[in-house]
Amino acid sequence: MKIMVAVKHVVDYNIVPRVKQDGSDVEISGVKMGINPFDEIAVEEALRLKEKGIATEIVAVSIGAENSKDTLRHALAMGVDRAVLVQAEGKLQPLGVAKLLKAVAGREQPDLILLGKQAIDDDAGQAGQMLAALLGVGQGLFASEIKVNGNEIEVNREVDGGTETVALQLPAIVTADLRLNEPRFIKLPNMMMAKKKPIDVIAGTELGVDFASHLSLLNVAEPAPRKPGVIVNSVAELVEKLRIEKVLA
Amino acid sequence: MSVLILAEHDGQHIKQSTRQAVTAAAAWQHPIHLLVVGADVSAVAAEAATIAGVAKVIKVEAPHLVHLLAEDVAAAVQQIAAEYQVIVAAHSTLGKGVLPRVAALLDVGMVSDVVEIQAPATYVRPIYAGNILATVQSSDAVQVVTVRATSFEAAANGANAEITSAAAPAAFGKVRWVSEQRNLSDRPELATASVVISGGRSLGEQFNTLLEPVAHKLNAAIGATRACVDAGFAPNDLQVGQTGTVVAPELYIAVGISGAMQHLAGIKDSKVIVAINHDPDAPIFKHADYGLVADLFKALPELNAALG
Repeated sequence: MKIMVAVKHVVDYNIVPRVKQDGSDVEISGVKMGINPFDEIAVEEALRLKEKGIATEIVAVSIGAENSKDTLRHALAMGVDRAVLVQAEGKLQPLGVAKLLKAVAGREQPDLILLGKQAIDDDAGQAGQMLAALLGVGQGLFASEIKVNGNEIEVNREVDGGTETVALQLPAIVTADLRLNEPRFIKLPNMMMAKKKPIDVIAGTELGVDFASHLSLLNVAEPAPRKPGVIVNSVAELVEKLRIEKVLA
Repeated sequence: MSVLILAEHDGQHIKQSTRQAVTAAAAWQHPIHLLVVGADVSAVAAEAATIAGVAKVIKVEAPHLVHLLAEDVAAAVQQIAAEYQVIVAAHSTLGKGVLPRVAALLDVGMVSDVVEIQAPATYVRPIYAGNILATVQSSDAVQVVTVRATSFEAAANGANAEITSAAAPAAFGKVRWVSEQRNLSDRPELATASVVISGGRSLGEQFNTLLEPVAHKLNAAIGATRACVDAGFAPNDLQVGQTGTVVAPELYIAVGISGAMQHLAGIKDSKVIVAINHDPDAPIFKHADYGLVADLFKALPELNAALG
């Protein structure tokens, strides 16, 4: 089967982002960027399905500016066969991304589409579900384990208060949770090899879908800082303080 | 025009997060309708009808809706969506699964995890693991929004709303529920507990033995860090943070937790944060109202004793 994996180029998860001076947006120029961690897990899962002989081809797709190629190269170096960049400048929202992904899926005809459960920049967690709705297929969200059985994929999902297992008819969408796997490290030779693998570039405007933004960003701000805390010297003092705060009976 | 809230329930009772969503939805100043979907939800619908601020409860019942598969619930929302200007749910497993699907079916954008509604189409929501608050404005004719339940007070009882039924759409059919494993606990639900005590990896095998007695005395929910969950000391659904549960209790006690950015994202809005850690340089102390530098293996039993 053929797998399509959607990957997003985001600010590195270790970076504490800063607000631009005029409060118009988050400052991302000159900031270290990389593959969205959940998408890396999705790529890893696709690779494991290929190593098990279940997947035959893996295509990574990213939507965004030219620099998203870095994240596609990362996926190629991990072992993805080829990559597609849908060039779309400006602010993209999950609905527009889902529409563009649907158009790419129409060309590629994958049996399974993997995404991360959310991107760590906008924390929206919508693209997978929206894509599933647009394609009219089932969604296995927050996957912590998957098993392909013929024309069905069994997905163990992380849900509030426990886990749940659902079986989806293929083609289907699965979004990766943290616990799905531990992504592999990239070895230097693979990094060099990835440079030779193809990245098809498609202009978003060529795909014939309206991916205009429905949301405008009015401003961004850092949350109000907490008032400085105090260090207490003993458990007894701690309990006393909490009683004064009335958070302990 | 009216606001539709997708109610969340466990088959018996309405969840607290739905009451919090009702409070959030008051911001639109339109009549609020609750949609209760499930296999047999008469009791849940009756309870929903008593929530102050609710004008109408719509019941959609069918045997295939028993497990609330997002594909089926989204179809139930979509069939009545034309009557609504706003569609809301709590930002929980159910809401996260259903609402983006509904938005795409309606061809509108969606706003996730809203912490403040400034105006009918203007929202504040956290981005970058809660390090930044973004104010966004939607231009869609229908607003599809999930709200962070803990940012809003729970609506109390006090209404006697009309209950109506709508037919259930046919089963989606391409998804089959197989099984579930719920971590049953008599502790309060993590997302809505007024006291939460969380442990980090350093508690090791003693995670439960040390935290349970204290949690019992505080009537607290128990939480854990990702590292602790990954190490297998606590079940996954206890994870608190950017990718786990976001909590905002009156009192949050972090035991043996260093305070990674992704964990802090899930606890920032707690009223009082207490940190107990042996490392005085742990970042958690910068975010705690009260810090105790101590060996948690001694401090926890002491705390248990002090609580009487």
